[in-house]
Amino acid sequence: MGSNRGPLVCGEVADGEITTTTRELLSLGRKLSDDLHQLLTVLMIGKNLQEAAKEAIFFGADKVYSVDNTSFSSFHPDYYTAIMAKVCQQIVPSIILFGQTDIGRDVAPRLAAKLGIPVTLDCTDLNIDPVTKEILQTKPVYGGNAIAIWATEPGQPQIVTMRPKAVMVDEPDPSRKGEIIAFTTPIDDSMIKIRHLKTVKEEVKGIRLEEAKVIVAGGGGIGGREGFKLLEELAKILGGTIGVSRVPCDEGWMSIKLEIGQTGHIVSPDLYIAVGISGALQHMAGCAGSKLIVAINKDPEAHIFKEADFGVVGDYREVLQPFIEECRALIK
Amino acid sequence: MMHIIVCIKEIPDPEIPPDKFRIDPNVRRVIPPQGIAPVINPYDERAVELALRLKEKHGGKITVLTLGIPASVRVVKHALSMGADEGVVLADQGFEGSDSFGIAHILTKAIQKIGNYDLILCGRQAADWDEGLVGSIIAENLSLPLVTLVKAIEVIEESLKVNRVTLDGYQTFSVPMPAIATVSNEVGRPRLPPGRGIISAARKQVPIWNGGAIDADPSKMGPGPARSKLAKLFIPERKSQCEVLQGETAAEAAIKLAKRLRESGVI
Repeated sequence: MGSNRGPLVCGEVADGEITTTTRELLSLGRKLSDDLHQLLTVLMIGKNLQEAAKEAIFFGADKVYSVDNTSFSSFHPDYYTAIMAKVCQQIVPSIILFGQTDIGRDVAPRLAAKLGIPVTLDCTDLNIDPVTKEILQTKPVYGGNAIAIWATEPGQPQIVTMRPKAVMVDEPDPSRKGEIIAFTTPIDDSMIKIRHLKTVKEEVKGIRLEEAKVIVAGGGGIGGREGFKLLEELAKILGGTIGVSRVPCDEGWMSIKLEIGQTGHIVSPDLYIAVGISGALQHMAGCAGSKLIVAINKDPEAHIFKEADFGVVGDYREVLQPFIEECRALIK
Repeated sequence: MMHIIVCIKEIPDPEIPPDKFRIDPNVRRVIPPQGIAPVINPYDERAVELALRLKEKHGGKITVLTLGIPASVRVVKHALSMGADEGVVLADQGFEGSDSFGIAHILTKAIQKIGNYDLILCGRQAADWDEGLVGSIIAENLSLPLVTLVKAIEVIEESLKVNRVTLDGYQTFSVPMPAIATVSNEVGRPRLPPGRGIISAARKQVPIWNGGAIDADPSKMGPGPARSKLAKLFIPERKSQCEVLQGETAAEAAIKLAKRLRESGVI
């Protein structure tokens, strides 16, 4: 193995352009490369990557390894891992950066296992300690209820996946120059253990919870299916959608597909209205990223008031109707 | 007849209110909440559920494996009461302080000792440290085909048809057995243990295996080989004080809330 040759970004391309998450990784990778006085390389696997490769250079890459994928029409974990492993054996990166995406969260652990390199998933920050030169990886744990910072000794390669939107994208510089390398490597059949049958995109009715600007969420305090009609009415007026905590799913009042929490949807709307929700650790893990949390709960001691920005103590049956009327009047 | 091994983990109950969640920043550890029993990792519980659905359809045997302390037998008993057939607890002081590679080494050795498996299931991640690495490392250790974030598995003759969750849909893979899969929450709610399940689980013997029993390599586990160290653990600052809107009646407070939200520009 040669010496470490700088950070390597695993780039993702959609419709001929590098994805937003990849732009974030390039901005982060550029900063790390400058701190380490190393070159920044990006690897791309796909078809017709010429334009995307140039774009990656504008966003900070010094070298682009471009792999023309003629074998698979969509993401194949084994193929992707095999290519990544070959590239890593060739350039021996100091840090390997993925996004915590469909691809990154799958390939990063496989690559770590294959190369025997430590890996930290879903980081929200990554930097080099100016004194010790350790790689510091900040990662929310316990569903975001605690933050861990892991330190890796300088010289030890480290794999990281970064949570999307955790780092800012720098302005691209169209005058930047870089090298584009067409990388080919034989992939033998022994590396491909599973067979891809299909990739399906599912249309969702209404607003996707992850993309909603406003979410009205109900919990055990709602007491039954009937009560959710008020929440649905409020969501409609606010241009939002409805979510639930665990109890309404367990009780069978509402579909598990609406569940917000650590094992459900993880959401970050501008406004999260929690009605009759106490705010358990695992529920907060799903909604703590909301810009503004409003709590409506009849129990003034409910934990949710410790997390909320605004609150009303009272029975939701008495609170929601006048609240809906007032919202309707104000928005008109 | 399939033999499915399910790896499960015991974690602090994620249903507690966050203010009961405490850490000791000096030793960088979570302090187990007093009087609240730990539970099976919810993702692992879904892995048990998926295994049970396969067994119901195709017959076979489910063996549950956990790495923990002797008292972790309680999560194995939970899985047995759901319908799993056999269980093993791995406990040894030499296991403590292992990172994901160390844990995967220990589980790999135990899986090899159990032997004769067709499918290994793990939760996609543990709801404590949220890593999601161990299944992938076991796959590499055993050179097994792997699919992550799995929501459904069908047996079709000698192979498996496996659906993997993606952000906007799913992918389907054909996978030869033996294989390993990490299970996602989209599997759906795990079943509640039936009364007779609880009774039969209580009667079952669950062996405890130490490092010697599985021929684990001491140089591959414990804190020694871990290459990154936990430098800091802290609880992020909670939001500022909640502004509780007051009123003579609930309706009055509700109207104030609407006005306040309008002022803030969120509605």
